[in-house]
Amino acid sequence: MYQAIVFLPLLGAILAGLIALAGARARFPGQAPPPGLEDNATDAHVHHHAPSVHGDAGVIHHSHHEGDSHAVEPAAAGSRTAELITTTLLMISMILSWIAFVQVGFNHVDARVPILTWIAAGDLKIEWALRIDTLTAVMLVVVNTVSAFVHLYSIGYMNEDPYRPRFFAYLSIFTFFMLMLVTSDNLVQMFFGWEGVGLASYLLIGFWYHNPEANAAAIKAFVVNRVGDFGFALGIFALFAFVGAVDLDTVFAQAPSLTGKTMWFFGYHPDALTIICLLLFMGAMGKSAQFLLHTWLPDAMEGPTPVSALIHAATMVTAGVFMVARLSPLFELAPNAQIFVTFIGATTAIFAATIGLVQNDIKRIVAYSTCSQLGYMFVAMGCGAYSVGMFHLFTHAFFKALLFLGSGSVIHAMHHEQDIRHMGGLKDRIPYTYTVMIIGTLALTGFPLTAGYFSKDAIIEAAYVGHNPMALYGFVCTIAAALLTSFYSWRLIFKTFHGEPHDRKHWKEAHESPMTMLVPLGFLAAGSVLAGLPFKEVFAGHGVEGFFREALTFGKDNHVLEDMHHIPLQIGLLPTVMMAIGFVIAWHFYIRRPDIPVELARQHDFLYRFLLNKWYFDELYDLIFVRPAKWIGRELWKKGDGWLIDGFGPDGVSARVLDVTRNVVRLQTGYLYHYAFAMLIGVAAFITWFMFSAGMH
Amino acid sequence: MSWPILSVVTFLPLVGALFITLVRGNDNLAKNTARWVAMWTTLVTFAISLVMVVRFDPASAEFQFSENHPWLGVANYHMGVDGISLPFVILTTALMPLCILASWTSVQKRVKEYMIAFLVLETLMVGTFSALDLVLFYLFFEGGLIPMFLIIGVWGGQRRVYASFKFFLYTLAGSVLMLLAIMAMYWEAGTTDIPALMKHGFPLGMQKWAWLAFFASFAVKMPMWPVHTWLPDAHVEAPTAGSVILAAILLKMGGYGFLRFSLPMFPSASHDFAPLIFTLSVVAIIYTSLVALMQEDVKKLIAYSSVAHMGFVTMGIFAGTTQGIAGGIFQMISHGIVAGALFLCVGVVYDRMHTREIAFYGGLVNRMPVYAAIFMIFTMANVGLPGTSGFVGEFLTLIGTFKNNIAVAFFATFGVILSAAYALWLYRKMIFGTLKPAVASIGDIGLREAVIFAPLVVLTILFGIAPKPVLDMSAASVAQLLDGYNKAIAAPKTAELTPIELKGGAPVLIPVSAVR
Repeated sequence: MYQAIVFLPLLGAILAGLIALAGARARFPGQAPPPGLEDNATDAHVHHHAPSVHGDAGVIHHSHHEGDSHAVEPAAAGSRTAELITTTLLMISMILSWIAFVQVGFNHVDARVPILTWIAAGDLKIEWALRIDTLTAVMLVVVNTVSAFVHLYSIGYMNEDPYRPRFFAYLSIFTFFMLMLVTSDNLVQMFFGWEGVGLASYLLIGFWYHNPEANAAAIKAFVVNRVGDFGFALGIFALFAFVGAVDLDTVFAQAPSLTGKTMWFFGYHPDALTIICLLLFMGAMGKSAQFLLHTWLPDAMEGPTPVSALIHAATMVTAGVFMVARLSPLFELAPNAQIFVTFIGATTAIFAATIGLVQNDIKRIVAYSTCSQLGYMFVAMGCGAYSVGMFHLFTHAFFKALLFLGSGSVIHAMHHEQDIRHMGGLKDRIPYTYTVMIIGTLALTGFPLTAGYFSKDAIIEAAYVGHNPMALYGFVCTIAAALLTSFYSWRLIFKTFHGEPHDRKHWKEAHESPMTMLVPLGFLAAGSVLAGLPFKEVFAGHGVEGFFREALTFGKDNHVLEDMHHIPLQIGLLPTVMMAIGFVIAWHFYIRRPDIPVELARQHDFLYRFLLNKWYFDELYDLIFVRPAKWIGRELWKKGDGWLIDGFGPDGVSARVLDVTRNVVRLQTGYLYHYAFAMLIGVAAFITWFMFSAGMH
Repeated sequence: MSWPILSVVTFLPLVGALFITLVRGNDNLAKNTARWVAMWTTLVTFAISLVMVVRFDPASAEFQFSENHPWLGVANYHMGVDGISLPFVILTTALMPLCILASWTSVQKRVKEYMIAFLVLETLMVGTFSALDLVLFYLFFEGGLIPMFLIIGVWGGQRRVYASFKFFLYTLAGSVLMLLAIMAMYWEAGTTDIPALMKHGFPLGMQKWAWLAFFASFAVKMPMWPVHTWLPDAHVEAPTAGSVILAAILLKMGGYGFLRFSLPMFPSASHDFAPLIFTLSVVAIIYTSLVALMQEDVKKLIAYSSVAHMGFVTMGIFAGTTQGIAGGIFQMISHGIVAGALFLCVGVVYDRMHTREIAFYGGLVNRMPVYAAIFMIFTMANVGLPGTSGFVGEFLTLIGTFKNNIAVAFFATFGVILSAAYALWLYRKMIFGTLKPAVASIGDIGLREAVIFAPLVVLTILFGIAPKPVLDMSAASVAQLLDGYNKAIAAPKTAELTPIELKGGAPVLIPVSAVR
């Protein structure tokens, strides 16, 4: 069954990929290159071809808004088949995942499915294997459920796109990599899934490859993630150097013996486990878009909206959280690393929320919200409340996917308009979308009894009772971020659905989305409400040990989960109060007195710009990383290779040689004979010498 | 074993070449005859080399398929392969038919001579990897340069003279020193038999300078920084198949040389000079990756990325760990496939548009979707994405080096970030975006090209998911090599072995800043 869960999406991806390639092939049949021309005929040939522009693909694609770029081309052959294959397979995977969830979580049947030896060199042995425990089961459910609904939703959303087989192949291959990640039995297989989802994310962000911004965003996502993976890889290397293995069982068994060991690190000798955990966490920071490595996530919104829902909200970006939970036996032994995790999480939670306050692109608001919520999860992880972080991951997947898909429905209705300043009053035009967006917002802001209420409040409580020195900081940041979250979420709702329509034409034409889009919205809305209460006990209550068992490790001194039940009442109520305040302010600003925010922005121009420009992180990184790298690259090339090495090496020598031989030999042939001659002389001298020396022996 | 299979694999291409010399005339019939003879010769050679794979006993570290006949009085005709050399022999024989196929239409000038050059080259390359006598090795090793030199010089691009001249200067300088060392080794050991020399145990003083002499030759071949500047020029000017052979096989001769000579024959010197290798490797990885970032010529970009990838190889080989060496071998095989394929990818568009300028292309995916998909797979393999063969080699060399020297592995891992940057940038410029008018009529790959790429795609992914066949093939030989190496460095200076607490760090950065 587990093989089926993991490999059905791969099968779907391969089939859809073949359909996509076959379709593309039919559109542009192969052509043998013109018979070889000799070297110098280059220019003539190029010009000969240049005028015959066919014009069927090309300049037509210039729109900045997603999805506009395809009115001209017909849909690829087999689009419907590809959609049906991938979606059906995903549905099967989803159903099997829920069965697995019950099997593992409640019937306590863990499993390990070996598949194949991967790499074996000396004492390093790496296997392909599926590790199924509760942590995995939770992720299987999250990934496959959201992915199946996103597949279904995309049938409607991508309806006009000519490249649907390719899109569905990407979606399915992403799902496969994500499943490999969460079922990994060793760190290298996790790395495989990790980089694989990065590839899928790259392909999907850049899906509309005509759009330069999408291409830039795709590269940015991949490269920034690689910076994180740099740490992840070094962490794996270090673990192998100390433990001699990379499979989780051995690593966890050996971890206690590592405490107190130090490792050389550029003249310092810090605690080995701390360094290892920090390096691995660097990978998590990249994948989960945490503070300092967050810059790729907002840009990733250039991809189609279903992609944002699947990858950049519900699944891939939570991989970092999953990784820390998976490695809880290590992090429990490295308290300093946990402090850092808490710090980064808390900082991200508040930092991303401040940016979310002023953004105008509907998807970017939700993206920053995602960033901020991921920060919440890391706060829980840092405080040692792993199951609580997983709880928020679980609920967040539903309501954030809902918010993204809801935004997609709005964008679809508004003909690919994404700026909320051009919306307004949509609640009468698209009431169904409006309703589910309200549900998603309630869950996100933690309205009592919705899913987010349980998981988010649990995190804030965990931060309050956490033992590490950063826990208080985490508590302050998360509680403040709760207010900001409520504010920006309601701002989005009010500006989009309430008030006067700002774009009458689009408003009039706005229409509710097709059924394939509305059904997933309905399911996710149900999940946003129901994913909380029934699971509260097993994620954040007294059922944690029985539910997760060996999948999570809590150290001897880790009483966070117990202490959470004994917090003062006013602390328990605080998040709800914050949510209410945020709602009231948003209502005051955007319904009652819409002039206030404008006035505020004018008065605090610097602050407004600072937030609007995302704390100027992109500009900063461009200044300190991108430009210097390019400059150094150019200098090394021109001056290092060109002037220094070649100048004093071959070119210098050859210049001298040329001086001598210029008038003696024609250059073209001279070198050939020179070389052959030198070679002959060498061989001759060699053989002669052998003859003589042989005689002497 | 009744028939000399190794000699047959080595010299069959030469027979094919002789056959082509018999073809008269210069018309299309003669051209096609030459092509087909070359095609069949390389295919049969490849088939026979596969027989060797089947018969090879991977559990043994000994040389197999050995042939030893008296020749030249002192030097014997001694051939044989072990787990380290066999993969390279197979790589050579496997790529040859693809190269012939890739030259099918793009070479129209002097077809007979071209095919002869390639077949002779194949004999010399296979000979280099299977020679077990120093003199024989030297002949094959140096002889291989002549056909390559001709291929660049005759069928190359516009600056072919400059490129071949540079190629010549560098390699000649290296090989002269190696020749001296070979003579001295004979003087010292009284034999040129490689297995005997591996057991000989050279005195420490001699090890040092002999190691340096061999290093001079192999470093140029690899190529290592700072003697790498011939490679971009040679690649740029070489015809497509020449670039493929250059990147896939000729570069590997340096790495093979380190494994066959430097490590087993001069283990102490290898140990002592390892910091030098590490420094040069790390500089190569970072330096050339940064340079690759700024290239305007596709082939140059891939050439620079080759230098960076070879940096991982040298680093791994001298790490002195099983993972490092096994990773180095695997990285070479993988790079042979991936870099070869990337040059073939360039060849596809070069055959159509006759320019290598990156800025000339753009939006190719609009007209060449299949090509775009293939190019994407090899780009990802070049980036070292797990699941492709590129990952396994990089990962093993890094993990093997980390055990030995944290600082080196740390800086080398930066290459992982930089390779993503330059490779994706290249892909974006050429493939994505709107179709440029200049390439508006370009056609997707045809059947012949698909046949070339299919096996490479399969191997890239297969070796990424199940690299075991290659790793197993070399495991016993690597273990034996490492065993001898460890014994040798443990013997004289036991004191130095203990600090696995990883020294190093400081020397790595100096050369980068010194060069600017």
